[in-house]
Amino acid sequence: MTALLEIEGLTKAYPGVVANDDVSFAIQPGEVHALLGENGAGKSTLVKMIYGLVRPDRGTMHLRGAPYTPAEPRAARAAGVAMVFQHFSLFEALSVAENVALGMEDPPKPRDLAARIRAVSETYGLPLDPDRMVGDLSAGERQRVEIIRCLLQDPKLLIMDEPTSVLTPQEVEILFHTLRKLSAEGTAILYISHKLEEIRTLCDAATILRLGKKVGECTPREVTAAYMAELMVGKSLSQPARDAHEPGEVLLHVAGLSVTPASPFGTPLREVALEVRAGEVLGIGGVAGNGQDELLSALSGETLVAPGTITLKGEPVGALGPNARRALGLLCAPEERLGHAAAPDMSLTENAVLTARIRKGLDRSGFVDWGKARGFAEEIIARFDVRTPGPGVAARALSGGNLQKYVIGREILQAPTVLVVNQPTWGVDASAAAAIRQALLDLAQGGAAVIVISQDLDELLEISDRFCALNEGRLSAPRPARGLSMEEIGLMLGGAHDMHDMAGGAVA
Amino acid sequence: MIIDPVTLIVALVTVSTPVLLAAIGELVVEKSGVLNLGVEGMMIMGAVCGFIAAHETGSPTLAFLAGMAGGAALSLIFAVLTQFLMANQVASGLALTLFGLGLAALLGVAYPGQPVPDVAKPFPEAIREIEVIGPILFSHDLVTYLAVALVAAVWLVLTRTRTGLIIRAVGESHDAAHALGYKVVRIRILAILFGGACAGLGGAFLSVVRVENWIEGMTAGAGWIALALVVFASWKPGRVLLGAWLFGGIAALQLRLQAAEIGVPVALLDASPYLVTIIVLVLMSSDRTRAALNAPAALGRVFHASS
Repeated sequence: MTALLEIEGLTKAYPGVVANDDVSFAIQPGEVHALLGENGAGKSTLVKMIYGLVRPDRGTMHLRGAPYTPAEPRAARAAGVAMVFQHFSLFEALSVAENVALGMEDPPKPRDLAARIRAVSETYGLPLDPDRMVGDLSAGERQRVEIIRCLLQDPKLLIMDEPTSVLTPQEVEILFHTLRKLSAEGTAILYISHKLEEIRTLCDAATILRLGKKVGECTPREVTAAYMAELMVGKSLSQPARDAHEPGEVLLHVAGLSVTPASPFGTPLREVALEVRAGEVLGIGGVAGNGQDELLSALSGETLVAPGTITLKGEPVGALGPNARRALGLLCAPEERLGHAAAPDMSLTENAVLTARIRKGLDRSGFVDWGKARGFAEEIIARFDVRTPGPGVAARALSGGNLQKYVIGREILQAPTVLVVNQPTWGVDASAAAAIRQALLDLAQGGAAVIVISQDLDELLEISDRFCALNEGRLSAPRPARGLSMEEIGLMLGGAHDMHDMAGGAVA
Repeated sequence: MIIDPVTLIVALVTVSTPVLLAAIGELVVEKSGVLNLGVEGMMIMGAVCGFIAAHETGSPTLAFLAGMAGGAALSLIFAVLTQFLMANQVASGLALTLFGLGLAALLGVAYPGQPVPDVAKPFPEAIREIEVIGPILFSHDLVTYLAVALVAAVWLVLTRTRTGLIIRAVGESHDAAHALGYKVVRIRILAILFGGACAGLGGAFLSVVRVENWIEGMTAGAGWIALALVVFASWKPGRVLLGAWLFGGIAALQLRLQAAEIGVPVALLDASPYLVTIIVLVLMSSDRTRAALNAPAALGRVFHASS
């Protein structure tokens, strides 16, 4: 049997870094093939070459035995290669049907297209209304738009880049049913992920990349997750550790917090209530777009609310802005690293001054004390192992993981009373993520209260004492994190957003 | 009563035509995600190029084509600066206006007061002289009808065709459009050139048909009104038409009020078209969330292909 796609010696270098170095592997028809690796291992570059977005420097590709050199995504799609992107390539202000039409070479008339979308969505158990605006859809529904867009082209190879990072556990189950059905029909799937358990349940074969090189291949069902992790990282990882302890007094108390969002696609917060105690980590789980950004901006002071709704050590702070809250000890690290947590074109020193000016006394009568500011930036770099030439480097120049360590470290070293972080390890590789989690645990150990908002449920179960779910702007009652199962969490997260699974048993 | 409603409406349509053309062109440019603040400069370039061509060749058709070419040529500078050299769109647009005003003054230095040919009307005299509807519907210039047709065409293309969908997609998220394989830069350059040609045609109409003379700085802020129209009309072609007519109506009305010597300061009357248009459109677009939905999300952002 000839392989569907055969890749030989693919190499791509960017100035200063070799993204892919002599990578070879083959995908059989109907196979679910995993591409595994840390951030920066070269997975994205590799699939971009297969999809025609990037041209390789060296190496050859063969599709069904014929030479395959797509000059642009259009050519790839014409050859039967489709891709679902990690950062959705969707247009929020356009309808589902319009979004689908944009991804097709020769779209049918709008009415026929709507009918075909309905037909395909029913066949594969992915219900979708063609007339809805994408901006109003949940992350899981948006992904369905992308998948259906691909399926309408009848692909031979479907590339999926980190498809499950934004889904609830139930939605993941449904996605897997769809993928298995596709693979049974003969469509090959190239599945990119760093979630090892998922790969073990879904994939037939795996290729593992590290630093641009292929370091191994395996049959995921036959090996352990730990074995694959070791191949991926090149060393074994330690679990975050901490001692058991009793929580102290209530540091942050929120009651009746309702916020209308600033943007038309935001989610309103409805009567959110929570409290965190000294020495405690409160985990807030939820699929993106359920009010996380609004909650963070209400807690940070970017959105002002009635004074009494948020109290810090009994003191009302709801009507205070971010600087006043920082002065009192309530610090925040938002999700968006470039543009929200850090100013991309300013140096690390300047970025340190932006949030730490008050608590670290980095200015005197209106003048910035640059010496002291540089000292503080260097302290963050040293303590949090930020890999950078020095504090004069622009924030934009750091990789995602390093910048994340920097912005979290900047807040932690200000010795907060309460720290709120949103997606602390999003897009961060496994070893940096472990370091960040350990730092958050150490902070709680030292008597601070920590709120972690995250989509990564494994992460929340690992570090939080109590867990609550944010769903459509409502926060559930907290439950002890220890002993909580994935199914229970999935139900707390609102199940699969009213989906019906046609392949397997019905899901709420 | 010395203000005749029929002649007022006729004047309204004529006065609004240059603004309408410039605004509908800019609407397409902004829908593709580019903010070109150089409308005033492109209009005045169209005005001077059109006037020179009309005087030198005696052909109105060539005059309008020259106006379009002048506006488009100036917009090409903006396109190169913002799409290839990644320059800031706001600064480039402002510079374009200043440059266009200066260049037009230089080109037109020998032309004030020169004669231009009369532009023939499309409908025969018998139809134009029918009571009331004759002047209102059939007495205008071809370019005026063209401008209104262009509004309808732009609406149709943007909402009903694949071309329009691609333009809107590029303006909504250039990264997503690029990932799907659309040529963001090429689409935007074409939109910018279209906007330049429309503004140039508006300028040529102003100098060749409406004023029949070249005067330095004769656009007098019409380009800025066109820009304001697009935003306050929430990027909807139909509302742009309404806004342009409102602007033209007040402008025509205030001239007649000045002639009637009513007891309102002249300065206030002069400012009234600008004030009233902006106030009305601000009120119309006061529902912020609905206006934001129609606004191109990538407007004014520099696109840099990452791969």
